[in-house]
Amino acid sequence: MTKIKSLDDLRQKKQQLEQSMEIREKSDHPENLVQIKVAMATCGIASGARTVMNALVEKIKKENIPAVVTQTGCMGYCYAEPTVEVTKPGFDPVVFSYVDVKKAEEIVDKYILNNELIDGILPPNYQTI
Amino acid sequence: MYKMQLLVCGGTGCRASASATIVEKLNESLKAHQLTEEAQVVTTGCFGFCEKGPIVKVIPDNTFYTKVKPEDAEEIVAEHILKGRKVSRLLYEDPENKEHIVDSKHMGFYQKQMRIALRNCGVIDPENIDEYIARDGYSALAQVITDLTPEQTIDMVKQSGLRGRGGAGFPTGLKWEITSKFSSDQKYVVCNADEGDPGAFMDRSILEGDPNSIIEAMAICGYCIGATKGLVYIRAEYPLAIKRLKIAIEQAREYGLLGDNIFGSKFSFDMELRYGAGAFVCGEETALIASMEGKRGEPRVKPPFPAESGYMNKPTNVNNVETFANVPVIF
Repeated sequence: MTKIKSLDDLRQKKQQLEQSMEIREKSDHPENLVQIKVAMATCGIASGARTVMNALVEKIKKENIPAVVTQTGCMGYCYAEPTVEVTKPGFDPVVFSYVDVKKAEEIVDKYILNNELIDGILPPNYQTI
Repeated sequence: MYKMQLLVCGGTGCRASASATIVEKLNESLKAHQLTEEAQVVTTGCFGFCEKGPIVKVIPDNTFYTKVKPEDAEEIVAEHILKGRKVSRLLYEDPENKEHIVDSKHMGFYQKQMRIALRNCGVIDPENIDEYIARDGYSALAQVITDLTPEQTIDMVKQSGLRGRGGAGFPTGLKWEITSKFSSDQKYVVCNADEGDPGAFMDRSILEGDPNSIIEAMAICGYCIGATKGLVYIRAEYPLAIKRLKIAIEQAREYGLLGDNIFGSKFSFDMELRYGAGAFVCGEETALIASMEGKRGEPRVKPPFPAESGYMNKPTNVNNVETFANVPVIF
């Protein structure tokens, strides 16, 4: 192990290590981040939600967006899989349908970064009590 | 980059319920399902929810599984990691309305907690100093050594209002100041990790879950009072805490955070462990010092206080584990 000989060394080391602790730090305060949930139940996985989730994780990393990507169970929109729910801090959740890798990137570029809504949004039809 | 992490509690309570086997089985299942690139298993310190252990927490969705058995590992991987379906029978059940709580953010137990001394317990792997550094570890020590004088540091500790967490509540900054004023060729920083109170395990949790916080705090104390040696008096009934502390000290030495000329300054500090042998009275600071000197653990009259004449009759600063755990947060 290389020795840490100064404050700068310590800071550099911390930066190198931040990535591995990233998801733990983020999961501590999800309310301040963009929360992206990918439906990954049987219908989701069968229509390729895994690839979409990987694409989202990569894109988030590339654009350096403070977001946390998790997988959830069935959201009920099995006819429109793969579905992705995006909750920006301070906004209501928005559910996108028929998401493929291309649309996933659009969601990030247009909705998350520019607040522009795109086609194929499913209106909320549930109530949380 | 891992998409998910499975944090398995590695505290003594969960260890006694085979949490190490759970880690093995989880790793086996991840390999069998070819998920080793996507999910990582990390052994952390105590989550504090010992009655419902062993605990497995899945990040980033904060799913909190309780009373996990090694046989459940395959199901957790196959259902939750692979298919995204939480294993509901293992979720924590709220005692009042008997509902399964989906994640730890909604558990009453955790909602009201603001963790300071336990900030890293249950989050980092205590046997990996890198994770401590990634969470701002040793930055307090760096700041103190490179930017502040001992007097300024003591002032900050005094202003913070930190008081002895061993029970007596003596202002920590004041104790450090008094010890720093006595001159001697050698001074000592002692950590009281005897924790004699029957059934108490807060010090044990800190030592098992975040041993580096103690090392950092003792080094800061050494800088303030002018000591170059630190001693941790730890009870022999805590083998896991002893093991983790030893690993942490070794790793800190490898990085040069303990030893000569820390952060390129003139300050040197090193630490060693001393083991207790089952005496409750050795939790009292003067009896503790006597025990470390190899004598029978008998308290002696104060004054003179250890700050003036303690271990080997030199100025010694004795603080509790929890007191030290709170020190790095001040800076």
